[in-house]
Amino acid sequence: MAEPVDQARVTAGLQRLAAALAPGGHRADAVQRLSGGASQETWAFVVRVGDGSVPFVLRRLPEGALDRARMMAGPEAEAHLISAAGTAGVPVPAVCHVLRPEDDLGRGFVMERLHGETLGRRIVRDARFADARRVLARQCGAAMARIHALPTEELPALRVGGPQAELQVQLDAHRGHGTARPVFELAFQWLRSHCPSEPARPVLVHGDFRNGNLVVDEGGLVGVLDWELAHLGDPMEDLGWICVNAWRFGAAELPVGGFGTREDLFAGYEAAGGRVDAQRMRYWEVLGTLKWGVVCETMLQAWRRGHERDLEKAVIGRRASEAEIDLLALLAPRG
Amino acid sequence: MLDRPSPDELLDAVASLLREQVMPAAAGTPLAYHARVAANALDIVRRQIALAPAAQQRERAALAALLASDPATDVAQLNRALCARIASGAMSLETPGLTDALWQITLDKLAVDQPTYDTYVRQQAAPPQPEDR
Repeated sequence: MAEPVDQARVTAGLQRLAAALAPGGHRADAVQRLSGGASQETWAFVVRVGDGSVPFVLRRLPEGALDRARMMAGPEAEAHLISAAGTAGVPVPAVCHVLRPEDDLGRGFVMERLHGETLGRRIVRDARFADARRVLARQCGAAMARIHALPTEELPALRVGGPQAELQVQLDAHRGHGTARPVFELAFQWLRSHCPSEPARPVLVHGDFRNGNLVVDEGGLVGVLDWELAHLGDPMEDLGWICVNAWRFGAAELPVGGFGTREDLFAGYEAAGGRVDAQRMRYWEVLGTLKWGVVCETMLQAWRRGHERDLEKAVIGRRASEAEIDLLALLAPRG
Repeated sequence: MLDRPSPDELLDAVASLLREQVMPAAAGTPLAYHARVAANALDIVRRQIALAPAAQQRERAALAALLASDPATDVAQLNRALCARIASGAMSLETPGLTDALWQITLDKLAVDQPTYDTYVRQQAAPPQPEDR
């Protein structure tokens, strides 16, 4: 939960931006920390305009050291990518303001707050999204193809991470945790022997395109959020990641985010100019499943070291076993 | 001998307090969410107390058999030894008995950690047929 001092500082900073964010805006109000941890904070707020109000979101780097910082694009690059993707037809929130030093809010940016649902469980289950679920996988495929087709020479500097490098990142992280997990070792062994060649041309990869980072309304996809892990790499990484079982929210029979079929994802991807490589995609689905388990370990580690005090971060350590059973189901299915 | 309430009864009482009193009182605030996480954490502890002793014996026996080790070896040490064998390539998905043992161990872990997780529920509903392997 937000420290009061942060709350006061953020509110004061947004107050100074109110007039610039919305014409006639006279006050920033209802400032509320939505989520966040060591890597990124998200704040919701409104700007009062006359009798009405305009909703916004502030994405901001917290002060202090960042374990995952080396994996992150940085908020300025993230804002740039969101705008570039929007221009290419990917549904995204409009970026309204990139923080400058004189804003005295640290590093980050302000974007419009889209109207829709982001909770994966509701998107998978609620009756009001039944129509959305019929089109969502195809829409996600199309959005991915447009992201992967963005001319990389016009993008900000991003880290490059293909199949080999991303495997090494996860192996290093797991080794750093010092946990003995035979199932993870089998997965690392399988990934080493099935690692595909580096893509001929690295493309922009969203890096966290999954149910949970999508804004969905009754008509389907409204926005793709959380671009902080964007990098240059293998386009099949995004297709594999959205199929990882942890993001199906219990609806395992629909592999794409628990709402759609691979066929629909592929159809949307290819109709928008992408080319599917199912074998590469399987590599990324296995690596993604393992990555979720390593992330669980990382969160537990942060809690044990005292970097994070939320109980949730400790309990999530017990979810690494979800990755273990999913890896066994992928690599050694029973019956 | 310590008196009642037992650890299980105390954990159950605190989890019930969190679910039945704290969560409704905190509805709509972050505290409601944290209270639910706390109640779930207590449930993990209750399941661990009930299930871990037998599960750990099964795990130790299975790993000691795979590694041809002394069955008295500590279970953490057995896991480290197995990891080293797999990392070196001496064992793999093809090693007879390895994935069967890891399935059993993993199912035992999920029974404590996350018994409602969908993959676990599905595996429980459809026990394996040995001849299908």
